[in-house]
Amino acid sequence: MFKSMYNWIDERLDITPMWRDIADHEVPEHVNPAHHFSAFVYCFGGLTFFITVIQILSGMFLTMYYVPDIINAYYSVDYLQHQVAFGAIVRGMHHWGASLVIVMMFLHTLRVFFTGSYKAPREMNWIVGMLIFFVMLGLGFTGYLLPWDNKAYYATKVGLEIAGSVPYLGDYIKELMNGGTIVGAQTLTRFFAIHVFFLPGALLALLAGHFIMIRKQGISGPL
Amino acid sequence: MDHNKQQDTAHAPAQRKEMTRRQFLSYTLGGAGAFMAGGAILPMIRFAVDPILQKKEKGNFVKVIEESKVTSEPTEVKFKVHQVDGWYESDPKLSAWIAKGDDGKIFALSPVCKHLGCTVSWAAESPTEYHCPCHGARYTKDGKTLAVAPKSLDEYEVKLDNGWVYLGPIEPNTRA
Ligand code: HEM
Ligand code: FES
Repeated sequence: MFKSMYNWIDERLDITPMWRDIADHEVPEHVNPAHHFSAFVYCFGGLTFFITVIQILSGMFLTMYYVPDIINAYYSVDYLQHQVAFGAIVRGMHHWGASLVIVMMFLHTLRVFFTGSYKAPREMNWIVGMLIFFVMLGLGFTGYLLPWDNKAYYATKVGLEIAGSVPYLGDYIKELMNGGTIVGAQTLTRFFAIHVFFLPGALLALLAGHFIMIRKQGISGPL
Repeated sequence: MDHNKQQDTAHAPAQRKEMTRRQFLSYTLGGAGAFMAGGAILPMIRFAVDPILQKKEKGNFVKVIEESKVTSEPTEVKFKVHQVDGWYESDPKLSAWIAKGDDGKIFALSPVCKHLGCTVSWAAESPTEYHCPCHGARYTKDGKTLAVAPKSLDEYEVKLDNGWVYLGPIEPNTRA
């Protein structure tokens, strides 16, 4: 049945070349762990992406209960964690995934560094990778405030003071991120918007660039 | 004039001073496009930066403690201020550490750590210092920085009236 459905669509839209172009490639021997076990280091990029997908999915589900409001944010997180079925699991995925994605990104960066894969013609992908790194840090920083507990509040206060220590522009940057002069109601809504719309949007655009460049240039050769 | 040259001039585009049709179209389309993009983006930018451009209120003086109750040992006083945070108005409690200095003057320190903004408190047992739980900053009784923080604790402006202590806006430390 699926076969005939697929054929029906394929006759009309000719989709076979599209997915062939994306998926149908041989994995070179030097990146295939079945040939050389040490090639598992080439998996870290894909693992980073895998956890990013989990972050985006679990984050979308968290927003079904979470409210970015200083009176209710803490209670909504408390509720989704303790009252909602599988709440501890879904929040746990997002909570631990946030750290794991940084670890995977770091390992992936080490692999790229020690295989020299950042060299010509792949310099632009190193730069895009660095932008992805900063967007991830931004997601971690803005997400950390959302539960609105003491740890979140003081971590954000400290983070914004660090932003404020930038020469000359510091105070403006701090006040802009703060949405005012204190860490308060407007900070929480701002961080929420940045966390769930602005940065994920930027992240997806950068990831698209990252992957298109990999397809165009291929995986770098063996050492 | 030889034959070739004659051919060339006949086919070369006429040299005119006016702009070409192509230039004209790209300027007008580019201009209209920029106008439309600006019209869409500028309101959003102004919207996002509004909190920076709003007028800030100056703090008033608040009555906090009787003058006679202030000793040379720092004590924490809490007092309410009215605070407007966008749509959220509240009367949060601020705190100040008040003491009489060795010079006999009453002064009040802000508990906001000058390292990165956590909240310090006075340790009554030795070492008798202000201590910050976040990264271990320490300050003397006058608020002078001893470790970690780059500056000394801020002071509240102090006014004495009719036996009461009033606290005003925050200012940089004058005692350290
Ligand atoms: C890849 C990217 C992401 C990272 C690294 C990340 C990181 C974080 C972190 C560190 C927290 C605090 C978790 C905690 O306190 O336990 C958080 C909370 C949250 N995030 Fe994300 N996040 C990402 C993507 C998203 C997306 C795409 C959404 C929504 C569309 C989202 C929605 C939320 C919500 C609603 C919360 C508050 C609930 C809670 O604190 O458990 N996140 N995020
Ligand atoms: S904020 Fe007080 S020591 Fe860092």
